[in-house]
Amino acid sequence: MTHAPDALLHEAAEGAEARPYLAGRNYGRLRRRVVLATAAVSILPLVIMTFLYYDQYERSLGAEAIATVTRQLTNNKRALEFFLTERRSALSFVVRDRSFSELCDPETLPRIMKNLNASFALGSFADLGIIDESGLQLCYTGVYNLKGRDYHEQDWFDRVSRRGVFISDVFLGYRNSPHFAIATRHERDSGGYYILRATINADILAEQIQTAGLTPHDDVFLVNRSGVLQTPSRRQGAVFKSVALSIPEATLEVHVLDQEDERHQPIVLGLVQIADSPFTLVWIRSRVGAEGGGVTLPRLLAFLLISTALILGVILWGSRQFVANLRAENLRRAELMHKVEYSNKLATVGRLAAGVAHEINNPLTIINEKAGLLKDLIDREPEFPLREKVLGIVGSVLGSVARCRKVTHRLLGFARHMDVQSEAIDVEALLKEVVGFLEKEAEYRNITIKVEGQSDVPAIESDRGQLQQVFLNILNNAEAAVKDGGHIDVGVRLTQDRRIAVFVADDGVGIPPENLGRIFEPFFTTKEGSGTGLGLSITYGIVQKLGGEITVESEVGKGTRFTVLLPLRREE
Amino acid sequence: MTPLRVLFVDDEEELVSTVVERLGMRRIEARGATSGLAALAEVKEKEFDVVVLDVRMPGLGGLDVIKRLKDSHPDLEVILLSGHGAREDVEVGLRLGAFDYLQKPVDIEDLIEIIRRAAAGVSS
Repeated sequence: MTHAPDALLHEAAEGAEARPYLAGRNYGRLRRRVVLATAAVSILPLVIMTFLYYDQYERSLGAEAIATVTRQLTNNKRALEFFLTERRSALSFVVRDRSFSELCDPETLPRIMKNLNASFALGSFADLGIIDESGLQLCYTGVYNLKGRDYHEQDWFDRVSRRGVFISDVFLGYRNSPHFAIATRHERDSGGYYILRATINADILAEQIQTAGLTPHDDVFLVNRSGVLQTPSRRQGAVFKSVALSIPEATLEVHVLDQEDERHQPIVLGLVQIADSPFTLVWIRSRVGAEGGGVTLPRLLAFLLISTALILGVILWGSRQFVANLRAENLRRAELMHKVEYSNKLATVGRLAAGVAHEINNPLTIINEKAGLLKDLIDREPEFPLREKVLGIVGSVLGSVARCRKVTHRLLGFARHMDVQSEAIDVEALLKEVVGFLEKEAEYRNITIKVEGQSDVPAIESDRGQLQQVFLNILNNAEAAVKDGGHIDVGVRLTQDRRIAVFVADDGVGIPPENLGRIFEPFFTTKEGSGTGLGLSITYGIVQKLGGEITVESEVGKGTRFTVLLPLRREE
Repeated sequence: MTPLRVLFVDDEEELVSTVVERLGMRRIEARGATSGLAALAEVKEKEFDVVVLDVRMPGLGGLDVIKRLKDSHPDLEVILLSGHGAREDVEVGLRLGAFDYLQKPVDIEDLIEIIRRAAAGVSS
């Protein structure tokens, strides 16, 4: 077990709750608080700002998607309606301009179709036919041979007969190819009516709606009122398939809404009814992946996670540094305070000792002289009654005075030890001198005292008298601690940090751990009745004054080892 | 042989009278003074071989007394008595010409020994 004043200071610093520095376990609590507070003020705003940003981003992205879909739908609706109106008007013109017989002329109808197709660069008519009111196709021009076909059971025929003008759904018909029909009814002057019917390949509808601005995340198609695809869809499938998506009823106004697709993925759905047609134009923009290289939730979470980890790392590192520095600083302060406290205590005790010694010395001197005079008087009277007994009493008084004198001289020595003289000292020679004072007692008790030096130990500059007192005190203690026949080893060596280390090791009774921390305190003694408790306190003060350190290791029953470290030169 | 003439100076009257009596028993012609001024007056009036002087006294202190004594009687030997262990005062006293010093309480035989050496001019 090792105890040095500095080690005690550390314990004092860590154990003292009432002092203005923290106890050891409180540093952990402080660090946790610092980490929590710093993390709260740095990470919480980051998380909030990240999610606010993401929400804002989502909103603006949604708004942009809605605006884009609305714009595209409006443009496409206009283009498609123009396309259909243009063709319907052309047919109305033809049927009004020509008589039935002209239209059914085998040369006229093909010429009309040729001229019409020449006028419409895109979306040519596939065929033209005249159907009478019984549904029979009377005249026909086109790539198929459909003259004489009967349509009276077909839905479109019924509708055009009733409405006058009709645009059909896309259907396969006799030709088994997706197409749609535009038909217009014309009243005969003679009564009754006939119908001019043209068919257009359905591919043209898909071409009409596949416009610029279509991104990989967009899907645009036409459906009829039953939700059957009229043009192919990227997601919903080929023509004539029913869409899996729930599509609300369309109006002539563009309607755009946020909803989920059949796989529960977020989409922007826009739809509008194409006027005077069975077609509903649908535009779907997928929200998943539509952000492109922008911010996605997983990316944002990854960013948040990495940022939080980085911030936490810095906070943990910083708090560790902060608390370690604080702890070191507090310990330094505690040591300083303790040293100051100790010095003040020594100085106070010193002043007190000087005062006590002075006050006691004067009456002691008088007692000494009075007892001496009494002895002188008895010596002069050979017949003095009870002479021997009185002389014994006087001797006892003088002996007690001598003991008191020893104590007062020690007290005065304690008060005096602050002054330091410097001279070159051979420490080994000085140790041998000091051991010389104790030789008689050692011989009497058969105690072996060995002094061993090393050749590389240089002379030091210090105070001879004070060093003598230091080693005399330590050796006195060692001699008191060992039993008769015991051993005391004294050594001196040069340390790696260029200081002189002097050790005094005995194989005596040792110091119990509970006393080890107190042996340098003034007035602490275990020598009941015979010790002043000042010896080691004086020693500690002198060693400090000489710029050195003193430590002690001890084990009860095995012995004690004092080590005094001295600088080669004392710093002023 | 002419007895030694000694002046013992201390502010403790009890001490002075006792020491003077004990010195007298040892055939030393001793007188006492209980202040610095009284000591100076004694020296002015009578001749002494040695003055034993307490360093610390109320009023005129031992160091002032020794300074004045050495000014007026350079050959007069002075022995300092120090009761408080103030090494500085003793050192100043020695520099001012004191023969030696003793720490209180003193043994009478030690005191006589040092008085004799002082009178003979034999330092330790």
